[in-house]
Amino acid sequence: MPFSSLSDIQSRLNNGETTAVEIAQLYLDRIAAFNSTLNAFVHLDADHVLAQAAASDAYRKEHGARALEGLPIAVKDIFCTQDGPTRCCSNILEGFEAPYDAHVITKLKEAGAVLVGKTNMDEFAMGSSNETSAFGPCRNPWDTDRIPGGSSGGSAASVAAALTPAALGTDTGGSIRQPAALTGITGLKPTYGRVSRRGIIAFASSLDQAGPMAGNVKDCAMITAAISGHDAGDATSVSDAPAIDWLAACETQDMKGLKIGKPKEYFVDGMDAAVRQSVEAALQKCEELGAEIIDISLPNTEHAIAAYYVIAPSEASANLSRYDSVRFGHRCDNPEDLLDMYTRSRDEGFGSEVKRRILTGAFTLSSGYYDAYYLKAQKVRTLIQQDFIQAFEQVDVIATPTSPIPAFKLGEKTDDPLTMYLSDIFTIAVNLAGLPGLSQPCGFASNLPVGLQWIGPAWREDTVLAAAAAYEGATDWSNQHPAEFNINGGES
Amino acid sequence: MDIDVKKVAMLSRIRLTDDEAAELGPQLANIIGYVEQLSKVDTDGIEPTAHPHDAAMPLRANIVTNGNRRDELQASSPKIESGLYVVPKVIE
Repeated sequence: MPFSSLSDIQSRLNNGETTAVEIAQLYLDRIAAFNSTLNAFVHLDADHVLAQAAASDAYRKEHGARALEGLPIAVKDIFCTQDGPTRCCSNILEGFEAPYDAHVITKLKEAGAVLVGKTNMDEFAMGSSNETSAFGPCRNPWDTDRIPGGSSGGSAASVAAALTPAALGTDTGGSIRQPAALTGITGLKPTYGRVSRRGIIAFASSLDQAGPMAGNVKDCAMITAAISGHDAGDATSVSDAPAIDWLAACETQDMKGLKIGKPKEYFVDGMDAAVRQSVEAALQKCEELGAEIIDISLPNTEHAIAAYYVIAPSEASANLSRYDSVRFGHRCDNPEDLLDMYTRSRDEGFGSEVKRRILTGAFTLSSGYYDAYYLKAQKVRTLIQQDFIQAFEQVDVIATPTSPIPAFKLGEKTDDPLTMYLSDIFTIAVNLAGLPGLSQPCGFASNLPVGLQWIGPAWREDTVLAAAAAYEGATDWSNQHPAEFNINGGES
Repeated sequence: MDIDVKKVAMLSRIRLTDDEAAELGPQLANIIGYVEQLSKVDTDGIEPTAHPHDAAMPLRANIVTNGNRRDELQASSPKIESGLYVVPKVIE
């Protein structure tokens, strides 16, 4: 303590050393001590957390432990939860109480997890720094003047400061992997279709995917094993997804025979020199562990950001049309007529980044522009997928930096939206191709964490987890924690 | 690229103040200017992506599974009367 893995906590619960209530209280104390500094949680009902923990202890006594029995997990404010508010960190969802749990929330509950609060995020997951949240920015535990990354910034900060041992995030263009990289934790975006999107507030439906953020590779695997699987309630959840042994993959200790692709498009001028060094050193370590590093090319990478910033806003503008102030959400005072009600409620409820994306999407889908932008972007997306398919004929897995730069300062990139968009350069192609991607810590740049990204073929999360587990076992990066938070919570 | 921000805002049903429109106009032009690079990519004969894994859309039986939850579903609405959503008068 305080930095314990889910497996550690699980062992202590299983051998009767502690209880779920004790564990929950310990993390609640840490949240009470540190959340005012970090703003990682935007909603927390401590009594409800303790009630879930007590129920878990009772279940264990009567029936034995389920897969995540008594383990505290924080969830991003994008997941619909029946207990308490779901806001997606937007003012437009003021007063919204979800009438049902997201499928993944139901799965976590069925596995015995104790759900802890709602974590901060960019409004509607649109952002890379957590600065667009209606609840104010979240801060990076490694340097509280800096952003934790986004959009799952609150989940990342919570894990990095041990306010919870793990959290759920979502990833549309890097929103799990980039904040994981910038806060020195591990995060997995599963293959598109592996995890149900039902009850996850939609941003870009062909890209969104939920996944775990935790202190190590195995903890990510434990959570993904629990939340994945076909859901008839989500037509894009794939029913014949190849099953994999999530935990066995994490026992891998070497990389003998593993072919790792190193794409030249991901090692470019303009990226931070220390980030590049850390990732190059990580690849050297992989060679020592028996891997073969193969230079590859993903030639359409340069178009990924452009394709993404057509496709994601287009889908967002359609998805966010549901916020009409009729069925739920904020309504303006004294609307003159229906049009005034729609336009003013949406002006008041949405923040500026969300408006920018809705307008971008409305433009690229509008009459006369659809073919030139949206359809063209979806064709370029096919080319990006084909790059990966060809690469995976040669290699088992691809390794890249997760982010070209370490965490930047709050406010540093808010003036120019395009500069902010360009910071997603290494994560976006993975979403466009629907592939699994994982970020894990691999070093530091000026005392700020650097992330190593693993990209696997569709449905081969096991290959990604195995490579990451072997690297983690051979290095000490996952055991580094920000000093300011590496103290016992209740005592501060 | 010249973008009529007010028109796009109306398509999006978002009121923009003049100040907002003045700020968003150049930003949108900048973003669209950037994504313009897509036009240089040769996509002759390339199919647009519909689903990342080309999965077929599944069918399910047409059975009601969630029952009548009107009151719960309407609990978050800004204005409800007798189970109906209330909006400003549409027809004079």
